[in-house]
Amino acid sequence: MGMATESQFHVLAVDDSLIDRKLIEKLLKTSSYQVTTVDSGTKALEFLGLHEDDQSNPNTAPVFPNNHQEVEVNLIITDYCMPGMTGYDLLRKIKESSSLRNIPVVIMSSENVPSRINRCLEEGAEEFFLKPVRLSDVNRLKPHIMKTKLKDQKQENTDDDDDESGNPVLQSQEEHPQRQQQQQQHHHQHSNSNKRKALEEGLSPERTRPRYNGVTTVV
Amino acid sequence: MDAMSQLRRQLHEHTAYLRKEGFLDDQFEQLQKLQDENSPDFVVEVVSIFFEDSEKLLNNMARALEQKIVDFKQVDAHVHQFKGSSASIGAMRVKNVCIEFRNYCEAQNVEELFGCRCFRCIQKLQYEYALLKNQLEYLFRVEQQIRAAGG
Repeated sequence: MGMATESQFHVLAVDDSLIDRKLIEKLLKTSSYQVTTVDSGTKALEFLGLHEDDQSNPNTAPVFPNNHQEVEVNLIITDYCMPGMTGYDLLRKIKESSSLRNIPVVIMSSENVPSRINRCLEEGAEEFFLKPVRLSDVNRLKPHIMKTKLKDQKQENTDDDDDESGNPVLQSQEEHPQRQQQQQQHHHQHSNSNKRKALEEGLSPERTRPRYNGVTTVV
Repeated sequence: MDAMSQLRRQLHEHTAYLRKEGFLDDQFEQLQKLQDENSPDFVVEVVSIFFEDSEKLLNNMARALEQKIVDFKQVDAHVHQFKGSSASIGAMRVKNVCIEFRNYCEAQNVEELFGCRCFRCIQKLQYEYALLKNQLEYLFRVEQQIRAAGG
C-alpha cells in the first residue's frame, strides 16, 4: 500500500534551545521526516525565502525562490518562547505571506497558558504541543501535511487547463468530494482549527514538485 | 549470574531507583526509547549537552545574583531556560526547583527577603544538579561497561 510515510516530507523545526532541537530532530527523523533545524524565527524566514521587505511582493526574487522551491517545506514546527521573534510572531509572518501561508504550522511550548494556545490557534496554527514533545505528538503531524498537499493538488488541477506535469488526478478527489469542500471551508476559518479532523491514512498524492532529498541541515 | 547479567541488573535497578526517587521522570524513558542503531549514543549526547548548558546557566544565575542591583528578570530568564532543558531530559527534581525559583522571581516581594530566597533557591538548584549529574554519570558508566563486555 502506498503509505505516505514512504515519501519523505520535509519539516522545518525552529527552537532556540539546542537540547530541544536535538530532541525534535530525532523525533521527526524517527517518524521518517526529513528535518532542517534552525535556532531562530529570523533564520526560519530566511530559509523559507521570505525577507522582511518583500513579503507583500511575490515577484521579487529572494535567495530561495518560493514559486519553484528547490527546498520544499511541508510543515513548520516552532517553539513559542524565543528571544527576538517569538513563535507567534513567526506564525503571523508565515500566515501573512502569500507564498508561505499554506504551510501548516505547529507551535510548541513548555507552558500551558490557555490564552496563548487560543491566540496561536486563532492565528492559524494547526496544533499546539506542550513540551516535552513526544512521539505521539509527532504522529499527529501527518494529517496536517496531507491536507495541505491535497488542497495544493486541487488548486493546481483547477488552475491549469493542461496539467503540465501530466500527472493523474488524485483518486481521493473523486472519492471524497465532501471532504474537499470541508477543507475549503476550513481554510477560511481561522478558529476551530483544533477541531480539524485527521485525514485517513493511505492517501498518496502524486507529486508535481521536486522533493527535498538532502540530509538534515542545521543552520 | 554472569557478569553481563549482573551489569544489566545494576543498570535496571539503578534506573528504577532514580525514577522512584524522582531524579528522573517519564521523559528520560522517552529519550532512551529514541536511542537506536542510527543514534546509539543519543541519550549520552543529549545529556552531555544538558550538562554543558546547565553549568553555564548556573554560573550566569550566580553572577546575576551577585550584582549590587539584581536584575531578577534576567535571573528568571536563566531559570526559565534551565527549567525547559531539565524538563526535556526528564530531570524532574531539578525542574521542580526551577519552578519554585521562578515563583520567587515573579513574586518580586521585599527585595531583601526574596533575594535571600533566591540565594537559597540557587543553592538548592546547584545541589540537585550536582546530585543528578553524579547519578547519570554512574548510569552511563555501567552502560559503557555493558557495551565493552559485548552487550
